[in-house]
Parts: sequence; C-alpha cells; structure tokens
Amino acid sequence: MTASTSITRKTWRKPPFIANPWLRWGLIVGIGVYIVWATSTLPFDWERVREGLPRAARIFNNAFPPSFERSGLLISGFSESIKIAIVAPLAGVGLSVPVAFMAARNISPAPIYAIGRAIIIIARSFHPVIVAILFVKAVGFGPLAGILTLTIYSIGFVAKMLAERIEEIDWGQVEALRAAGAGTLVTLQYAVLPQIMPRQIGLTIYQLDSNLRASAIVGIVGAGGIGGTLMNAFGRYDYDFALAITLCIIGVVLVSEAVSGQIRRALW
Amino acid sequence: MTTGSQTSGPDAVAHRAWNRHTPRQRWGRFAGFLLVVAATVWSLSTIDIFWPWLWDAPQQMGDLFRRMVPPDTSQWKGILTALIETVNIATIATFFAVFLSLPVALIAAQNTTPNRVTLWLGRFILVSSRSVNTIVWALLFVAIFGPGVIAGILAIIFRSLGFLGKLIGEAIEEIDRAPIEALEATGATRTKVLLYGVIPQVIPTFFAVSILRWDINLRESTVLGLVGAGGIGLILQGAIDTFAWQTVATILLAIIALVIAGEAVAAWLRKKVI
Repeated sequence: MTASTSITRKTWRKPPFIANPWLRWGLIVGIGVYIVWATSTLPFDWERVREGLPRAARIFNNAFPPSFERSGLLISGFSESIKIAIVAPLAGVGLSVPVAFMAARNISPAPIYAIGRAIIIIARSFHPVIVAILFVKAVGFGPLAGILTLTIYSIGFVAKMLAERIEEIDWGQVEALRAAGAGTLVTLQYAVLPQIMPRQIGLTIYQLDSNLRASAIVGIVGAGGIGGTLMNAFGRYDYDFALAITLCIIGVVLVSEAVSGQIRRALW
Repeated sequence: MTTGSQTSGPDAVAHRAWNRHTPRQRWGRFAGFLLVVAATVWSLSTIDIFWPWLWDAPQQMGDLFRRMVPPDTSQWKGILTALIETVNIATIATFFAVFLSLPVALIAAQNTTPNRVTLWLGRFILVSSRSVNTIVWALLFVAIFGPGVIAGILAIIFRSLGFLGKLIGEAIEEIDRAPIEALEATGATRTKVLLYGVIPQVIPTFFAVSILRWDINLRESTVLGLVGAGGIGLILQGAIDTFAWQTVATILLAIIALVIAGEAVAAWLRKKVI
C-alpha cells in the first residue's frame, strides 16, 4: 500500500547533496549560528562605513587617470622586485632539495624525517609578510630581507611538493643501484634525482612566477621592491601613482603567468 | 649476420650512437641554462645589497631567536581574542565571497554566460580580483573605511572572489551537457536549467574550493593587522614595535597552531562533505 503510493507519487525531488539529514541540517544550522555570532562579536562601526563611501568616491576620483609621471621610481622599484624574484627562488630551490630529501619518508630515517617536516611546516605556516618583518628586524631594510623571506617561502612550497614526488618514485632503480654496490650519494644522484628532475624544474618556474607576486608585497614592510613604492604612494595619498603601480603589477603578473605557463607546457 | 652486404636498414640504425637529445634540443637546453646564469649574474651584481649584512645574518637571526626564548605567555588573553577575531574574519569573508562568486562564475563560464559582454565583464572581475594581493586590497579599504575588521573582511572577500569564481567557472565549463539538453527538451526555464542541470554538477567542486579558500584565507588574515585591517597581525605589529620579543614568540607559536588546526579542520571537512 505505502510502497505503491510512493511509486505513483508524481513530483520528483532532487536528492540532497549530503545524504545524512542530521549532518546536513547540523552543518546548515551550525554555520548559520556561527555566522550570526561571529558577525555580532566583530566591532563593526557602521557610522564609519557610511562616512567611507564618499571617501571611496574621492579616492577613485583622485586615482583617475593613473599617473605615470614618476616612471623612474616605478621602473627602479620593479627591477628590484624582479631581481629579488630571480635570486630568491634559485636560493630557495637549491636549499629545498636537501630539505625535501630529509622530509621524504621512504629515504630518511625517522628523526631526520621529523626535522625535515618541521622545517616545511614552519616555513609554510607564516605568511611571507610576517617572515619579512622578522628579517627586516634582523638584517635591516632593503632587498636582502626580501630575498631571505622569499627563500623561506620557496622552501616551504618546493620542498613540500618535491618530498611528495620523492615518496612516489619508482623504487626499482634504487634497488638496482644498491644491488650493484652503489653508495648513498651515488644512489641519490643516479636513481632518485633523474626521477624528480622534471618536477623540480616545473616547480622552479612556478616559483619564479609566484615569487614575483610575493616580492610585490614584502616591500610593504620594507623588504625591497615595488611594494615599498606602493606603500609610500598610499601613505602620501598619491592615489593616481598608486593606481599606476597597481596596474603595472597586474600587467607584470599576467605576463609572467603567461610566460611561465608556456615554458611549463613546453617542458612537460 | 650480413654485416658486409647491408649498409643501410636496421643494421646502420643499430650502430648509430645513441643520444638522449637531438642537437637542437641540446642547444636549446644550453641556451636556457645560459639564460638562467645570465639572469642570476645580472640580478646579483646590480641588486642593492650590503653584503656584510648577509654574512652577519645568521648571527643576527640567532640573536633575535635568543631574545624570543622563553615565550612570554602572560598576554595569552589578548592573543586568544585576536586569534578568534582572525578566524572570524577569515570565515565570514569566505562565506560572503562564496555567495558572491557564484553569479560571477556563471557569467564568466562560456557555456552559461548570457552574452559576450557579460562574459568579458565576468573575466574582468576575476582577473582584477586575483591580480591584486590581499594586502593591497586591505591598504585600499583601510584608506576608505579606516582601520578595523571591515577593511579586512572586504579585502579578503575581494581577493577570494577571483579565486573562487575562476575555479568554479572552470568546473562549470567542464560539465556534462546531457542533463542540460534533457531539461531544455522538457521546456525548463533558464533558472530551472541552472538549478537542476548546472548547480548539482558543480556542487562538489564548489565545496572543495570553498574549503581550500577558507584555509588560505586563514593564513592571509593573520597579516591583515599589519596594515591595520584587524586580526592577530595588529598585536604582532604592536609587540614587534615595542621589541617585546618574548610576546612575539608566543604570537608566532599561536599562528603556527592556528594554521595547523585550520589545515586539520579543512581536511576533516573535505573528507566529511565531499
């Protein structure tokens, strides 16, 4: 009786995305309650938002048209950013190879594995801007702090990806070399490195591109590059120059993204 | 076997020296290598670095770390409040960005966009959102609304929009046409096609990229305070400015804990929901 009515029911219902109704409604209600609670705890100042809207209009009026008058400053800032973005990933990739070997479970003994993983976790947890502040305090203002920051940033990403690749290598070649009596270094050089090389090169090129983005922001805390110029322009209410810088950053990032995409496609 | 009589064919092939790369490939690799070396030499020789500072750096960093131990936990109440604020900024911003990104994704995907103008509008929103860093967005919103969490939330929303819209848009472009054709054949309206044909197919991607973005936003919101846009960065900046290195150490440890916890929650959600 009940079975036949359920079959003859005409309206079709979309099956829910999460099958378990308790989990589904729990998640929905939980998220809703959380959003309401979180919004109510934040010190919103609607008065300031209302005041902000005319200010936004004024800022946009000042920003248009973008001013390329101080193009000398723009070019020197960018060339510094580019130099940082070239040196840092090379240093970072160089250092990330030993860290990746340390952090690969199939190669390292347990204590060294733990150290390698810890280095990667710490390098990845901090936003480059936080690392940049610490380096600026330690080695002073300028591009050196930027290079050191992005080196750490590159290690965090490249070593993590590379360690995952090392854990996936074909173990047969390692066994073959060991059977032939090769030492540890020779085994790494002839059995492991050739297998991870393509990934390594691809990651390096990806890092060049991603470091160029990051080098634009570490300057905000004084670590060299175009970010410092941008921060100064904001500080002096030079919104037309700030817009010009931002447009150039967008242009450079888009070009470098396209170029690195092309190179990676050609290599793989 | 018949080495004397056969000068061409398989035998000649067998005697040819085996090379991994053609000469052209070898020149290409050499040129690429040369380019990398030249770029490095150019960068290192013209960059404005005071080299003694580099040789000094390990000692300076060691000095800095020595001043950080032991971490001073007496400020834990303020740090905890700031941490919760950071999580709230990241979560609220992700929540709103997810909703705003859906229409953008729909008009930026070639198969669901109504016309060329909306397609280019969608693409323009995605590119401009993604090319400007969160910090730069935060600088702008702090200039408009003054320092505070509103600037931070807006900065993260504006940055996440492009990321979410791009990935969801790509998922929309890859959907299976058949259910949509079936719906259209039954005379469903445009809204119904979207609701029953498109959205169910992209929902897994939608949840996956939302969780991923939340994880990224958690990291990003730790630095918003450095430009005055709320969160733990504010007290980090304060502690650094007053050289309270032991408090800095506690804050840094708290950030590591937050990021690791965020990754764990994201991994758990991904397993549960997808």
